[in-house]
Amino acid sequence: MSLSNLQAQAIALNRFGLGVRPDDAPPANPKKWLLDQFDRFEVKPAAFAALPPPGSLARAYFQEVGELIKKMGAAAAPAMPAPTPPPAMPPAPPPVAMADDMRAKLQRQERRQALNVEVRDTYRLAVNARMRNALTTDAPFAERLASFWSNHFALSVEKPQVGIYAADFELTAIRPHILGRFEDMLIAVEQHPAMLYYLDQFRSVGPNSPFGARAALRQPNRKTGLNENLAREIMELHTLGVRTGYSQADVTEFARAMTGWSVGGLGPMAAQDNVELGAFMFRSGIHEPGSRAIIGKTYAQSGEAQARAVLHDLATSPATARHISTKLARHFVADDPPPALIDRMSRAFVSSRGGLPAVYRVLIDAPEAWTPGARKFKTPWDWTVSSLRALGRRDLGKMDASSMLNQLGQPIWKPGSPAGYDDLSASWAAPDALMRRVELAQRFAAAAGGQVDARDLAPRLLPGQVTPATAAALAQAESGPTALALLLVSPEFQRR
Amino acid sequence: MILPRRQFLRFAAAGAGAILVSPHIAFANVPGDRRFIFIIQRGAADGLNTVIPYGDAAYAGLRRELAIDPASAIKLDGHFALNPAMVETGKMFARGQALFVHATASPYRDRSHFDGQNVLETGGTTPYAQRDGWMNRLVSLLPQTKDEAIAFASTVPPALRGPAEVTSFAPSALPQPTDDLLARVGRMYQADAQLHGMWDAALSARGMAGTENRGQKPEDLGKLAATFLSKPDGPRIAMLETGGWDTHTGQQYRLTAQLTALDTMLAAMRDSLGPIWDQTVVLVATEFGRTAAVNGTGGTDHGTASVAMLFGGAVKGGRILADWPGLAQNALYEERDLKPTIGLDSVIAAAAAESFGLDPARAARTLFPAGSGESRIEGLVHS
Repeated sequence: MSLSNLQAQAIALNRFGLGVRPDDAPPANPKKWLLDQFDRFEVKPAAFAALPPPGSLARAYFQEVGELIKKMGAAAAPAMPAPTPPPAMPPAPPPVAMADDMRAKLQRQERRQALNVEVRDTYRLAVNARMRNALTTDAPFAERLASFWSNHFALSVEKPQVGIYAADFELTAIRPHILGRFEDMLIAVEQHPAMLYYLDQFRSVGPNSPFGARAALRQPNRKTGLNENLAREIMELHTLGVRTGYSQADVTEFARAMTGWSVGGLGPMAAQDNVELGAFMFRSGIHEPGSRAIIGKTYAQSGEAQARAVLHDLATSPATARHISTKLARHFVADDPPPALIDRMSRAFVSSRGGLPAVYRVLIDAPEAWTPGARKFKTPWDWTVSSLRALGRRDLGKMDASSMLNQLGQPIWKPGSPAGYDDLSASWAAPDALMRRVELAQRFAAAAGGQVDARDLAPRLLPGQVTPATAAALAQAESGPTALALLLVSPEFQRR
Repeated sequence: MILPRRQFLRFAAAGAGAILVSPHIAFANVPGDRRFIFIIQRGAADGLNTVIPYGDAAYAGLRRELAIDPASAIKLDGHFALNPAMVETGKMFARGQALFVHATASPYRDRSHFDGQNVLETGGTTPYAQRDGWMNRLVSLLPQTKDEAIAFASTVPPALRGPAEVTSFAPSALPQPTDDLLARVGRMYQADAQLHGMWDAALSARGMAGTENRGQKPEDLGKLAATFLSKPDGPRIAMLETGGWDTHTGQQYRLTAQLTALDTMLAAMRDSLGPIWDQTVVLVATEFGRTAAVNGTGGTDHGTASVAMLFGGAVKGGRILADWPGLAQNALYEERDLKPTIGLDSVIAAAAAESFGLDPARAARTLFPAGSGESRIEGLVHS
């Protein structure tokens, strides 16, 4: 099939990229334009670098939560080595001792409220920074990859401590590795405090570890021990993929190997931690001793190295290669990605030992990725970014990206499950979702202030793609803003 | 050798009905104004602390600090009690409007949320084997009127996806589009096969919602659902999604909050439906249950069987159906989870068929085409 250069440009800009800005020159060589972005990609872009570091807010928050849990008593207090708050700061003030004087109580409440507001503001700032970066970047394909990986290793800010660290997670665990090796990204992710909190790893205790054994003696009625949440999701979601042959026993063994992977600076032992708050640390006192048998292999390493060795094997497994390749192909090409393409990408993954650029090169070279006709319905994030880019916006003004994405059904860093958002048209194309986009398009168009002519803009956003029906709708619109809103919700613009 | 029938085949309280059925039952024609609502609990809700088997000798030892004191729970009978957060649910049970099916599970036997939800929603026996959802296929069994089914979500959940057209609606805080823009969008979509039908459904849902009850609180969602379902030309089938049931840590606090929200939503639905409540069946189910024992961090991990709940004036309630397997170590599934003894598929098929007076065998075949053919259930809903 021969592809006109106009069609190739449209595919590079929209299917691989984040949509066109009016000041973009169409790429003369679309494939080269994509590849060159590997050199242009900014690991630490200005928008993210401007965010406050998470340390001081995290410290204040954990201190407060520590006190709160002490007050709530043993029933609410977690075992060890560090307290986890309830999923959100409880809406009602916790029970406090009757002897507490009223003023101290009020002061504490105010402090908590102020902290909650600060956590929320931090999240808003972070989402706006992420959006601003997507609007201004000159490496939109690479940015799509960064969002892809952030969603692959999904977090949820339903836990406030995850919210404090979400932007830092994307900045320090994801972005430095999207053009590197998968294994390095995997290790960075599983050692980041946001992931260790989110999937309950940081205080998973080996029952036969020194701490576990002491706790069992001291409080025989309280069960202190293993939490298998992170271990399971690493195998199911982060690496091998579900139904790839591991068993419940493998999950439990891996959870035992992971014990000790924790976060520094928290809990009753914090004073003795030799790392700063939020940094990864291995707590040998809670690590389950002994060797572990996982998927037919024995791991006799001691300490932190044991789980690291398992992660190495998981990262380089052919099942992982296939899982990652399938997801990438589904993200960029089609809901049901062509099996031959997945095979080629998997081979590149295996032969490069998880070298990600090698996998992306296969994708860029794949004829399957360059067939005309948009097949993917944009996710709310993709649609919002491409709409604002289409209007030439480089900042949000008074708009708030987090509330927009909430309204559209894709709150950032809050997918509701560790699987992240899925990449299927059926998940995003729905009656009410369509109505939301029309509502928002009307708002975007009004904010553009009638300075953009939709009839001129359409062929630049969608080279060679505007259908007669859409062209007629734009031409007949009763006003400039109405025409613009129609363009943003046109069938061609909703898909890529 | 003839095996003794399993103990504990229970019909608590009012006690009528049989859960094992012969295949030949003539069903009365049920009036066409029945309403059927499915509420999914995403994240594997803990059935053992929802409908609590306090009479099981092993319960307190397994749950340790998570064990709920029967003195504070709402007693249902000599063996089961309801989580104290579910006050309104307790009242419904007392009035014969709530039925609990315990130790139930879909055919899925692993512990992935996403695979488990896929099996529950598509009605397959293995993940991703079935492309459409069982609720969409239920729509296809009913005489078609417009907008038969709705999801109260901005997108359509997998259980409702499929060839039958369904709609979706969720409260929006965005400014309303002008009528002119709405009409022009409709004309622009006319040539697009996918967007055309969706847009019509969106307009019709928007018209039905009115301007009331647009909040996000549990009672608002209950009222919103009732607004749609009580309209004479409104949908008869609806689905609501609830998340947040994955309680690996701090379960006591989180489950209480979740169950309070569910209880509040159900009560608001009941009160706002008024007389229609008598024609209503609400099914609440989750993808799988949680471990029988508390884990090391004050929560529970992924398990197998859980509880399914039916609510509504049309339900033959005030009963608990359970072929209780027990919580002794050797009675647990893989020595860790509550063992499933009643197929959730059978419960769903029976509840849906009886709600609409459908032939039960045909409904079961359509909703669960790869079904195991295990014994079906009857007598969940008034004919």
